[in-house]
Amino acid sequence: MQRIIKNNQIVDETWHLLPKDVTLDELTNCDDYIVPLQLWREHAHALKARDGGLGVWLDSDEEAEEIGEDVGHFQVIALNFPAFTDGRSYSNARLLRDRYKFTGELRAIGDVLRDQLFYMARCGFDAFAIRPDKNPEDALQSLKDFSVTYQAATDEPLPLFRRR
Amino acid sequence: MYVYDEYDQRIIEDRVKQFRDQTRRYLAGELSEEEFRPLRLQNGLYIQRFAPMLRVAVPYGQLTSRQTRMLAKIARDYDKGYAHISTRQNVQYNWPALEDVPDILAELATVQMHAIQTSGNCLRNVTTDQFAGVAADELIDPRPWCEIVRQWTTFHPEFAYLPRKFKIAINGSKSDRAAIEVHDIGLEPVHNAAGELGFRVLVGGGLGRTPVVGAFINEFLPWRDLLSYLDAILRVYNRYGRRDNKYKARIKILVKALTPEVFAEKVEAEMVHLRGGQTTLTEAEVQRVAKHFVDPDYKALDNLDAQLAELDQQHPGFARWRARNTLAHKKPGYVAVTLSLKPTGVAPGDLTDKQLDKVADLAERYSFGQLRTSHEQNIILADVEQSQLHALWLELREHGFATPNIGLLTDIICCPGGDFCSLANAKSIPIAESIQRRFDDLDYLFDIGELDLNISGCMNACGHHHVGHIGILGVDKKGEEFYQVSLGGSASRDASLGKILGPSFAQDDMPDVIEKLISVYVEKRTEDERFIDTYQRIGIDPFKERVYAANH
Repeated sequence: MQRIIKNNQIVDETWHLLPKDVTLDELTNCDDYIVPLQLWREHAHALKARDGGLGVWLDSDEEAEEIGEDVGHFQVIALNFPAFTDGRSYSNARLLRDRYKFTGELRAIGDVLRDQLFYMARCGFDAFAIRPDKNPEDALQSLKDFSVTYQAATDEPLPLFRRR
Repeated sequence: MYVYDEYDQRIIEDRVKQFRDQTRRYLAGELSEEEFRPLRLQNGLYIQRFAPMLRVAVPYGQLTSRQTRMLAKIARDYDKGYAHISTRQNVQYNWPALEDVPDILAELATVQMHAIQTSGNCLRNVTTDQFAGVAADELIDPRPWCEIVRQWTTFHPEFAYLPRKFKIAINGSKSDRAAIEVHDIGLEPVHNAAGELGFRVLVGGGLGRTPVVGAFINEFLPWRDLLSYLDAILRVYNRYGRRDNKYKARIKILVKALTPEVFAEKVEAEMVHLRGGQTTLTEAEVQRVAKHFVDPDYKALDNLDAQLAELDQQHPGFARWRARNTLAHKKPGYVAVTLSLKPTGVAPGDLTDKQLDKVADLAERYSFGQLRTSHEQNIILADVEQSQLHALWLELREHGFATPNIGLLTDIICCPGGDFCSLANAKSIPIAESIQRRFDDLDYLFDIGELDLNISGCMNACGHHHVGHIGILGVDKKGEEFYQVSLGGSASRDASLGKILGPSFAQDDMPDVIEKLISVYVEKRTEDERFIDTYQRIGIDPFKERVYAANH
């Protein structure tokens, strides 16, 4: 079982992350799923009617705006980093938090490595599925990389110039 | 000069710690080459032909004597006694060992310096006019705005992994010495009818493989909205800039694809949400930063025109130097002096540790302990008393800084090229040197007058060849180094990109080619016409005919 970082702690994963080509009939009624955006587009109604937990994941080329009005339906939103150098999900994260006021779990998935965690946390991620070949205990330390930040972001709505 | 407070200092110290650990993990095999690469690049560390190259940030070109001595010490202790001023006002070392870089950064942090975001696909060092704060034609001092933008760029969490690098330049004067039109974002001050300050905002300029003069997308951005607007531009770019092809990933490609009008609409759509938010700048913050850039303790002096003219009479060498290497100052009795780093036979922009120490010393004695670097790869002492000018000249001569060639053909902008850089297709330093040798007659050089000659060793265009009046680009033809020449580029106001003259030339032919181009100009020019003016009047054909005729 994969372990993930959630709210600064390492916990066992309980959600099932479903691939892009999944179909509705592969889902059970009670399990907790993070479904691809496409499945949500096609079967929102059926997904909402299930008893299990519901999350959705967006790839880096999918836009936060598509689920902006629906965020209340999701316990988890996961944003994919196909490569850690692909920075689009940082902007999606900020839009979901700052603009669409998503308050559930915002999880980074994909090529998630410790040296990017500090930036991710600033953009509103509170859960990190560290790449399986890396140690999540080590990664936790990087959430403390900086003790001061200049910009306003999701974790700190005031820029330093309004605090210094 | 901006002075760090405890927050600024803590940020760079945190960075040293972070990078020390990243380097340790890389050397221990915990971080792969691929994982470490973007991390080291965002600390200015390239792996080059012979050794890593470390690029140290000189924010908008400002240095103190104390910092300059540290740069000298690093050249001495970790390099082979050299440093190089880059075309973006930064300082580069070509020989540090990778293992030493955390220690170098720790030493830099003791003088409020760092290498943050000097490379990589992120927000880079902000650049400006090397005469900021002293130029006679200045509308506002751009340096407080540069510092405000610098802090905004530093570890911006949303924009650390952009499609490609991102460069912002800010101009504060009537003329544009910061080349803002060839930057990803260019900013310059403008006042509205009510007398309020705002910025004209340009996006999508840049050199490299696809040179583009940017487009102004906002004619009046209120100063309070500056950072929110930058957030908006960067968010649009971060989300929609191309990531499938690194040669099409700069913002200029996105702006072109969307058109500047549509790009501006997308930015405005973001601004609807961001305007009036907490990132809106405050009077207090601008004041806090601006107080670091107030005038030094200038004396009440008069201009010494007559005395200097008399010195000119006595010392023709001084006269020549004064004509080229000094610029009028906003304060009577003062003058801004450019130290040429372009003597013949030295790689343009290079200086030794001893020279750096000397520059620090001269700045202390002649210019309030402060100096600047320029994108033309020279050094400026901005606040020299006119009464001391002759004494300064004598000292500069002694230390190799008094070549009277600022703005002339031999003041060549040049990248490190194939001698050092692993990207280069061809050498650039030897080309610069062979041209400098051909034009070593000072009378002839002065007669030719103002001319920007820029050399890049590959199409990444670090030597800004597209915007040279004469541009030279190193190209690889079947494993051999050739040079393509372009004419008519300009980085100043109403910037333009050079036009390619024709087929490329062998290295040995380059001095002849340049000489032929100059001879056309000398024959065709009217009085007071610079090379670029003559070119614009007569076009490229006469130059083409002369250069290629001789080949038959």
